[in-house]
Amino acid sequence: MESLGKRFRIGAQRKTYKTLRESLVGAAGVPWRFARRLGSRASDQTEDYFWALKDVCFEVRTGEVVGMIGRNGAGKSTLLKILSRITEPTEGSGEMHGRVGSLLEVGTGFHGELTGRENVYLNGAILGMKRVDIARKFDAIVAFSEVEKFIDTPVKHYSSGMYLRLAFAVAAHLDPEILIVDEVLAVGDASFQKKCLNKMQEVGQEGRTVLFVSHNMAAITRLCERAILLDGGRVLNDGSATDVVSGYLKAGLGTTAAREWPEGKRPHKDIVALCAVRVRNDQGAIAESIDIRRPVLLEMEYETWIPDYVLMPYFALSVDEGVVAFTSNDVDPEWRGRPRPVGRYVSTVRIPGNYLAEGTMFVTAGLTTMNPDQKQFLQRDVVAFQVVDSLDGNSARGDFAKQMPGVVRPLLTWTTEFDDS
Amino acid sequence: MSSVGVKPAPAIPTVHLHPSHGWTSLRLKEVWEYRELLYFLTWRDVKVRYKQTFFGVAWAVLQPVLTMLVFTIFFGGLARVGSDGLPYPLFSYAGLLPWTFFAQGLSQSSNSLVGSANLIKKVFFPRLVVPLSSVLGGLVDFLVAFIVLIGLMAYYGIWPSFEVVSLPFFLLLATAAGLGVGLWLSALNVEYRDFRYVVPFLIQIWLFATPVIYPASRVHEKLRSMGLPVWLYGLNPMVGVVQGFRWALFGRASFLSGADLAASAGASVLLLISGAFFFRRMERTFADIV
Repeated sequence: MESLGKRFRIGAQRKTYKTLRESLVGAAGVPWRFARRLGSRASDQTEDYFWALKDVCFEVRTGEVVGMIGRNGAGKSTLLKILSRITEPTEGSGEMHGRVGSLLEVGTGFHGELTGRENVYLNGAILGMKRVDIARKFDAIVAFSEVEKFIDTPVKHYSSGMYLRLAFAVAAHLDPEILIVDEVLAVGDASFQKKCLNKMQEVGQEGRTVLFVSHNMAAITRLCERAILLDGGRVLNDGSATDVVSGYLKAGLGTTAAREWPEGKRPHKDIVALCAVRVRNDQGAIAESIDIRRPVLLEMEYETWIPDYVLMPYFALSVDEGVVAFTSNDVDPEWRGRPRPVGRYVSTVRIPGNYLAEGTMFVTAGLTTMNPDQKQFLQRDVVAFQVVDSLDGNSARGDFAKQMPGVVRPLLTWTTEFDDS
Repeated sequence: MSSVGVKPAPAIPTVHLHPSHGWTSLRLKEVWEYRELLYFLTWRDVKVRYKQTFFGVAWAVLQPVLTMLVFTIFFGGLARVGSDGLPYPLFSYAGLLPWTFFAQGLSQSSNSLVGSANLIKKVFFPRLVVPLSSVLGGLVDFLVAFIVLIGLMAYYGIWPSFEVVSLPFFLLLATAAGLGVGLWLSALNVEYRDFRYVVPFLIQIWLFATPVIYPASRVHEKLRSMGLPVWLYGLNPMVGVVQGFRWALFGRASFLSGADLAASAGASVLLLISGAFFFRRMERTFADIV
């Protein structure tokens, strides 16, 4: 009497990945390695391998919406690939009951020369839908994507927005029992992201099982009841979404409001590396909680080792609903457009008091080099702080005590004219 | 909780994830389940190949026709390699037809996995579908070029008799050979990209080892004069295909050696089965290294 479960249990599950050196030397070194193996223990071979995942065990029941979070390189994508059967585990086992639909990328297999209509059929077939299903849902897919007028023109003429909408529309009509989604929300504009989130919420409410990987902490807490935290290939935490997310944010320094990276682990590209991101109050102290009337300072510490690049740091602030409240680029005249010498910099942006809305603010920190624009790092939701309104009358809420919606809450000037004739 | 009188729910598939080692089963049933994807990938390849070209599908004809003309001038006319008593253009074209299908299948399938890397890294489906669709895509070209063959035969007034019913069999043999080699090459190419450069060279050499330009009868004479068994030549699967093709079209007028045919068929089947197992064995690494 097996219950109809979408149960998924993995024993020890790992994945190895050969280093390039091993692959190159491998063919030539076969006789040598064989001789070495004869002589020595097998243990010294593990240094050539990298475990993307190790001893991952978890179980998901039917209808659960589970979020999967973790730093870049924690193994999330590898786990999704194993669940989607794209790659095999090196050890361990798992079981999945139900058809699996995987959305690891939007628009897989889309070909520019084919029309929208042809791509819908092609992409649907690639995702595993039967032709009759695609035909049946075709009108719904096109309506969802809002590209009816252009459905018979080659996709290479589409704008990127249309392309994404159509691609997501196909995937959204998949109807599998188990849905696996990998950060597809990282692309697209705000309305597209909202549409994706809504659709996923719908799917969860229909009773399907959803496994959702994202860096967007706000989206995770909104959509998922449960979350699993992966770090360095292992399961660090597994429990209620809000608990796991705040645990993850705190994991940096025992505080959610600051994050530092030691040498060698700094996010970087060719020119700049990020050393730390901190939230300070107007006294200069690191603060997890900010009074809504007071300014808050966001600080980014970074270093560059190649001279003469123009750098532009920026911050983005997101609120609970997964929406970006605003982005701020560094336009300080001192360094704007000026090539920078090698060294360590601390850039701070000052957000005035009575500007932000109440609630948790998630901070995203990034930096680009200018001309050509190249992203050096982008850390989403890297620190967070609470904006608190003490309700004693001189914030933007005035005397109103209830919920006030909005992603910002500026204190603005009002005037009133009165005519008593 | 008794299940008597309750209609059973539609079967929910269970998937097991575990590491596999060594040789694994072909899972052909799964390939059959994905036949619609196979159709769509083939259709996409063919459609895209000719979409923005001016001549469109006519290119499927131009290539063998132009090659036949060049061969006729140099091998039929100047070098006089002989043609089993048939007019040389017809002789060479009849050989070029299955050969082009095979060669194109080879070159397309050898790079097919690498070319579909984005699909392989993001979506699950039996990977056998990829080289299979490359080889099958050549069928469209083959059929178009076949029409020209009919035209040529009309021109020379040579018509087939009952042997022609065996034509599909030889086509099948060519498909098997092309797929067999294609599976080996595509799987090897994922790990060792060298094969991408090997393939055009391989096809060129293979052309000379196949009786497209010259008749097989001359090779047999040579083998016999050297005291070697005649079927050695037949180990090249395309030898049997091309000979058989000509025999099906032109009947007794064309040379067909039973030994060659048997050797070719055996080689094709061997290549196909070994290729499929090798492919499946390498398949687990594709998503990681492609």
